[in-house]
Amino acid sequence: MMLPASQLWLIPALPLVAAVVGAAAPRTARRLPVVLALVAILGSFLLSLAALFGALAAPAAKLTANFTWFLAGSTPVRLGWLLDPLGAIMSVLVCAVSVLVFVFSTAYLREDPRIGRFFTCLSLFVAAMLGLLVANSLLLLLLCWELVGLASYLLIGFWFERPAAAAAAKKAFVTTRLGDLGFLLGLLWLFHATGSSLFYDGGAGVLEAGALERLAATVLPGGWTAATGIGLLLFAGAVGKSGQFPLHVWLPDAMEGPTPVSALIHAATMVAAGVFLVARVFPLMAADQGLAAVPVHALTAVAVVGSITALLGAALAVAQTDIKRVLAYSTVSQLGYMMLAVGVGAWVAAVFHLITHACFKALLFLGSGSVIHAAHHEQDSRRLGGLAGRMRFTYVTFLLGTGALIGLPLVFSGFWSKEAVLHAAELWPVSQLPFLAGLAGVVLTAFYMTRLVCETFLSRARSEGAEHAQESPRAMTLPLAVLAVASICAGWIGTPAWPWLQSQLTGAPVAAHGWSDGLGLMVLSTVLVGVGIAAGWWMYGRRPRVDARALDPLAQRWPRVFAALAARLWFDEWYAATFGRLLRGAAALAAWLERWVWGGVVGLTGRIAETTGEVNRAIDEDGLNTGFDRASDGLRHSAQRYARGQTGDVQGYLRAVVVGLAVLALLLIWGGVR
Amino acid sequence: MSPLHLCLALSAALFCTGLVAVLVRGNAILVLLGVELMLNAANLNFIAFWRFGPGGGEAGLVFVLFSIAVAAAEAAVGMALVIAVHRHLRTIRVAAANRLKG
Repeated sequence: MMLPASQLWLIPALPLVAAVVGAAAPRTARRLPVVLALVAILGSFLLSLAALFGALAAPAAKLTANFTWFLAGSTPVRLGWLLDPLGAIMSVLVCAVSVLVFVFSTAYLREDPRIGRFFTCLSLFVAAMLGLLVANSLLLLLLCWELVGLASYLLIGFWFERPAAAAAAKKAFVTTRLGDLGFLLGLLWLFHATGSSLFYDGGAGVLEAGALERLAATVLPGGWTAATGIGLLLFAGAVGKSGQFPLHVWLPDAMEGPTPVSALIHAATMVAAGVFLVARVFPLMAADQGLAAVPVHALTAVAVVGSITALLGAALAVAQTDIKRVLAYSTVSQLGYMMLAVGVGAWVAAVFHLITHACFKALLFLGSGSVIHAAHHEQDSRRLGGLAGRMRFTYVTFLLGTGALIGLPLVFSGFWSKEAVLHAAELWPVSQLPFLAGLAGVVLTAFYMTRLVCETFLSRARSEGAEHAQESPRAMTLPLAVLAVASICAGWIGTPAWPWLQSQLTGAPVAAHGWSDGLGLMVLSTVLVGVGIAAGWWMYGRRPRVDARALDPLAQRWPRVFAALAARLWFDEWYAATFGRLLRGAAALAAWLERWVWGGVVGLTGRIAETTGEVNRAIDEDGLNTGFDRASDGLRHSAQRYARGQTGDVQGYLRAVVVGLAVLALLLIWGGVR
Repeated sequence: MSPLHLCLALSAALFCTGLVAVLVRGNAILVLLGVELMLNAANLNFIAFWRFGPGGGEAGLVFVLFSIAVAAAEAAVGMALVIAVHRHLRTIRVAAANRLKG
């Protein structure tokens, strides 16, 4: 069965219906939203599989179905659906991870009274995410992008009675909004320059040769081209959404949400939307590559930001003690790898890493969720420990996920995708720095994951919650098993010997170049992984922690470095001291102006009126008063009677207005009053 | 019924829902919600006449954009008022706020 492009809207529509019905369902019907969400996501999964078959039948043909949304004057605003391997593979991935996370959540939130609300928000998220993937219009993509952000906000703040969760939700929303401003400006500029927001439109789309040539030929002052400017603005949106430096600060805080949310939204899918966006508009980003006059190519900026993020995230992950925060910084770092790959021109490698990362990071997060659930919501790795024996299944699957993340050679998916990224970085003609950053990140990744596993699972339990931990129920271990298998197998679709994914995504056959290509790099990265694991084992595994309050071995050795990393290099404080203070200063200035300048003007006017009134009163009382007294008495009496109607009840007044209005309308209709 | 009629019927229903909320709900926030519903009914009318009416430019569309912006400002002021009332009276029942004198 194949799904034609014109029916693609069905994929996001199913979860959307589930979300709407779930939102409208009464609060007492706790099961209804859960069941609906599960049915809808399964339906979307099957539909996206059908779409994938359709896309793979013709990988190079961009199958589109466009339609006019409305006419603004004579300018049509058009939207559309796009069926190509990139979108279809991503849809299948999102649906598959969602199904597993949904199943996991039914057990994880079994006791929560607001489970219905949770599944409603999750369905809304999935609907928006799938809409984003099948959109053939940058405008539609932006709409879904914002909906995804809304769902993320609702889910981070799901436990809104906790102040930290409410603050984290706000922070995530506002920080990503900063990037989205760039996205919006880029969209408007693009629409202004090309008159269309469709990606592919039979030659008239913005990603097709005609528009790209025009954009690259439009030269701005300083040698910039319109293509560079629009590309950088769109990339700003991706920076916000994908937690890239310098807007990465929201992602670790987003871990205040329930763990399944962290797994689905803040590791596997939504944060990858930025990478997807850049991969989707890659022809636009690369349009200025051939021009020597451009000061900074759009892709170079992407590569730089990606490298910094990859290294920074990995370094910060080393000193975190909360399991989920370690994984969050690891996500930041891996997203950096993806951006780095796009920046050096290998968007296919980025998508490959995105796919494998979604599998193993979802596995790691759900594994940490299983640990947290079993240890009665203890998520400080110093206070866990000794779980290897108590939760054997979770332990083994977590180890498999770790192997995939740090890229243990040959077996695990992460190895293949990371090789693809590093291989592309090595061949980048502009600079070797991203490559070196990537290699350093490999060592750090192996180190902090070894640390996390040793602290969490080895030694003995260091808190009451960890002592009483038991293996999680079947609904939680089953998704772990499926994801563990995926974490291994997902790499097989893009190995150098069989580059199936690469040839499907580019739409042209990619020759298998055998194992010898990049063999030196594989050996080098294997050695680096070994170094990282050995260092981690030497510091944390040899003499495992026995006391929850003991100082971290790294902190004993380099207390200053550790303190700086643990304080996340003071990014939050720095932002609060600069942007925060700036905003507060502006607000104080506005308040001062309001109080003294505008207030003074108003006060002066008042004083003038007052003086005039005084004069008036004097004339009145002494000259005109005598004859009016009786009339005023009568007036006062009638006014007192009338004042009884002045109850101060606003709604009473409104009711009178409505009745009057109704009478008036009836008079107009039946009374023949014209 | 033509699409225009359907839109107008929908907007009338929306308006009545909002009106009922404004008239009978005691909670100031819900009253504000009702006001928003009525505003959106008006917006829907603008859009309906712009889309299905006799034509004549972008006035409807522009009006709606303008009115959405004004509504946003109105909601902000409304919420600020509700918070101020709550600070003052420790309640946000509309019936409790029946005096101009503080």
